[in-house]
Amino acid sequence: MPDASLSALAAQLAAKQISSRELARQYLDRIAALNPAINAFITVDAEKTLLEATAADARIAAGQAGPLTGVPIAHKDIFCTDGWRTTCGSKMLHNFVAPYDAHVIQRFKAAGMPSLGKTNMDEFAMGSSNETSYFGAVKNPWNTTCVPGGSSGGAAACVAARMAPAATGTDTGGSIRQPAALCGITGLKPTYGLVSRYGMIAFASSLDQAGPMAPSAEDCALLLNVMTGFDPNDSTSLEREKEDYTRDLDQPLAGLRVGLPREFFAEGLNSDVAAAVEAAVTELKKLGATTVDISLANSKLAIPVYYVLAPAEASSNLSRFDGVRYGYRAPEYASLDDMYCKTRAQGFGAEVKRRILIGAYVLSHGYYDAYYLQAQKIRRLIADDFNQAFKACDIILGPTAPGTAFKLGEKSDDPVEMYLNDLYTIPANLAGLPGMSLPCGFDAKGLPIGLQLVGNYFSEAKMLNVAHQYQRATDWHSRQPEDLK
Amino acid sequence: MKRGHDNWETVIGLEVHTQLATRSKIFSGSSTAFGAAPNTQASAVDVALPGVLPVLNKKAVECAIRFGLAVDATLNRVNVFDRKNYFYPDLPKGYQISQLAKPIVEGGTLKIVVEGEERTIHLTRAHMEEDAGKSLHEDFHGMTGIDLNRAGTPLLEIVSEPEMRSSAEAVAYARALHTLVTWIGICDGNMQEGSFRVDANVSVRPVGQTEFGTRREIKNLNSFKFLQQAIDYEVRWQIETLEDGGRIEQATVLFDPDTGETRMMRSKEDAHDYRYFPDPDLLPVKLDEDWIEAVRAGLPELPAAMQARFQADYGVSAYDAAVLTGSRALADFFEAAARACGQGKLAANWVMGELSAALNKAELDIAQSPVSAAQLGTLIARIQDGTLSGKLAKQVFEGLWEGAGEVDAIIETRGLKQMSDSGELEKIVDDVLAANPKSVEEFRSGKEKAFNALVGQVMKASRGKANPAQVNELLKARLQ
Amino acid sequence: MSLTPDDVKRIARLARIEIDDVQAQATQAQLNTIFDLIATMQAVDTAGIAPMAHAQEVYQRLRDDVVTETDRHAAFQAVAPAVENGLYLVPKVIE
Repeated sequence: MPDASLSALAAQLAAKQISSRELARQYLDRIAALNPAINAFITVDAEKTLLEATAADARIAAGQAGPLTGVPIAHKDIFCTDGWRTTCGSKMLHNFVAPYDAHVIQRFKAAGMPSLGKTNMDEFAMGSSNETSYFGAVKNPWNTTCVPGGSSGGAAACVAARMAPAATGTDTGGSIRQPAALCGITGLKPTYGLVSRYGMIAFASSLDQAGPMAPSAEDCALLLNVMTGFDPNDSTSLEREKEDYTRDLDQPLAGLRVGLPREFFAEGLNSDVAAAVEAAVTELKKLGATTVDISLANSKLAIPVYYVLAPAEASSNLSRFDGVRYGYRAPEYASLDDMYCKTRAQGFGAEVKRRILIGAYVLSHGYYDAYYLQAQKIRRLIADDFNQAFKACDIILGPTAPGTAFKLGEKSDDPVEMYLNDLYTIPANLAGLPGMSLPCGFDAKGLPIGLQLVGNYFSEAKMLNVAHQYQRATDWHSRQPEDLK
Repeated sequence: MKRGHDNWETVIGLEVHTQLATRSKIFSGSSTAFGAAPNTQASAVDVALPGVLPVLNKKAVECAIRFGLAVDATLNRVNVFDRKNYFYPDLPKGYQISQLAKPIVEGGTLKIVVEGEERTIHLTRAHMEEDAGKSLHEDFHGMTGIDLNRAGTPLLEIVSEPEMRSSAEAVAYARALHTLVTWIGICDGNMQEGSFRVDANVSVRPVGQTEFGTRREIKNLNSFKFLQQAIDYEVRWQIETLEDGGRIEQATVLFDPDTGETRMMRSKEDAHDYRYFPDPDLLPVKLDEDWIEAVRAGLPELPAAMQARFQADYGVSAYDAAVLTGSRALADFFEAAARACGQGKLAANWVMGELSAALNKAELDIAQSPVSAAQLGTLIARIQDGTLSGKLAKQVFEGLWEGAGEVDAIIETRGLKQMSDSGELEKIVDDVLAANPKSVEEFRSGKEKAFNALVGQVMKASRGKANPAQVNELLKARLQ
Repeated sequence: MSLTPDDVKRIARLARIEIDDVQAQATQAQLNTIFDLIATMQAVDTAGIAPMAHAQEVYQRLRDDVVTETDRHAAFQAVAPAVENGLYLVPKVIE
């Protein structure tokens, strides 16, 4: 597949070198060819896609195209899409056709970007390997015996395999950044509140954010322009002046102070990953950056804090899945109560049930102060660490994940081992800060390595600038899995 | 232990759920209008589709502020919504958005009048929350039907301290609260439609004990009559249980109006662990001073202030002032009538007596009165100036009620003018005395009753138009 | 922090998730390892720290009291498991 950036595709469309329909057709063919092995998509509907593409072509012809009109995109199956099955990777919603569009989906429709389909994900966004999906695990295109990461595993895999030029993902504890790292693509989680959560099936409300996943930072910047903006239907959506996230891409990095948290380079970090990240730091220095040692002392508490807060919120958010108004209902039950209990026992997978139970426990009578309240307090300590750090540096850098793509089944028996994958990504979610992952090399087995940037609140343009300059000087982000080219 | 009611003290606290008079729901833009076809006023947010989020209705907050000001409570400048988690089919999200730790209103007082005595009841708090949907248990082949039209209607839950000591006090409080919330326009007060629902927490303890007994909660009482009956039954039941050596278990009970009994709905063991936590989809609500002052400025004169003013300006009793301020419409009517005739006490009597009786009989409320305040004022003025006696005035009132025209016109056409010509009256008195020698004699020999009989005869002879005071005077003079 | 199988059953009941004894045992073991993970944060001294519920210090936006929604029950109920006469049907609720 030609390595086509979003801007290149947009240019081709504008120049009438290709139509949106033709472009969509190409990607649909590639999806048909590759998806059986990768399982990146849960739902593909060629007819709907082509209809949307035809409409995009009409807009282009009428001179009413936006910057990305006609460029197709895949959507994580967590975004309610009117008339499309929206499953959240779960049996609970395996036949749920959404009757409305998520705000993010509305924005992409307004931008004229046809949907290539709904991508696979860990069930209800709970996971770091995309192995908990009711629709089967997603395979990493770089090595199909390995996981792509999660929960936006399908989105990451489909972009890595060039089944789509871009995809939307969501990130609660690292679910955009970590799969982006494991699949060798670029992914960004914006500052909390920049992208509307309306229509995005909730996992942990105070942590969830939608964001772009694409080969390059420039692509992500263009997508962020589409995705961000105030939504009156989301009380946590921020009202801010509209930004153009591409505006600072070409700024030189001279004078940039890059903070390196010592806690992110400590034990538990794979040596190949450490080496690749260190090489990236060297690269940035060549571009004019300097480094600063910083400490995020409370970041080691991020995982336990996250595994109190996220399950607590999730346990409540998932109560609506009860078989009454939509979704799965158990076929046999003896009473209303029995219906609830069987529906939820049968409709949810094991990881989801575990987290609901943890969540219910930490909120239950007598435990709220010791768990939930305590976690919220430590959350503030973690956020304060970042505030302190940003006095000494402009941007924070480290590895995205402690390792590279592991084998399918390798960690799925031990929940805690799985949770440790999110060590470096969770702190940004807890603080509400923007974070990004971009490819910076490969390990000895040829598996991608990701480098993470964490910026101060609303500093996406700066982060994208750093990433873009790095991507101009390197070509990790252009690499594609050999077997799939 | 000695048996009997007198050895026990009743302790009652009320939680009242008032539906706020907003056009749209508290967290969604659906209509709150009563009576729509099932689920036609249930949006994506109300149905709790995956992915939906709540956005707060400004008017609901304003209603809560108005209430807080009206009861002199503390308004928490920053207040927070919490999730109350439990499973029930009429609760689509599996949690109710409510306020626990930081409610919008704390404290406050409400004056009540019970058997002529004024008491002040303290409120604990009032908080905003959303109403649940409705369950319809009529047979759908053994299933229950769920209607979510009501789900998301804004509620203000008003909690009193457990300071009431009888069902009478509880009813007086509930009535006063009902008057207040309708008075300030935050609730339409329609109890049949479920706009004002009372839960009563009831316990008993031996007289003199400071510790509270175990309480049971009677849920969802939607009439003052049921409130009183339910409490009376519950108190009797608790006392009997305790006197028989039993224990009261904490429980939630329902009142059955058909049997007049309370029966257990769920016990403490089944009690929910609501797992309250601040709702992450909503931000803390901030009330700024300008807004509060604007709301305060827009408040009408409150019942308590009006009562005091009626007593001072119109000379009515405390009891009468309380009755007259039963609703703003009634108070406004009274005041207009009192101003028109300058006779506060008479106006009060007529409004509370003749007019109220006629309205009750015809099942009308004051807003629908065929007799206007101005007309009543004129009627009273005609009594004052001697044109009408009390009795004649009643006949004129009937004429007004029937729509027979204005006061003076009715007096004219029906010939209801009080007899003013003393000559004519003297003649009648003389005739009656002449015609009733026996009564005269009886009176002269000490029988007081005979005088009344003579008065009656004079009134009859004058076809009711004699001025009773004049009749009395004349008879007395003649019989000297 | 150590959960007993009874704890697991009680929480499962709260969460309305059916769980048999065998599952409760397995779940108990997994939950306990997760709680060991969580335990590390309990010992931290957080006296005087304000809990952080939201990243920014922003307050709730208020919506005008206007009816903006229309009747969409047909579309919403098209995906419902059981509906009759516009009502969602569930097994009979016993008060």
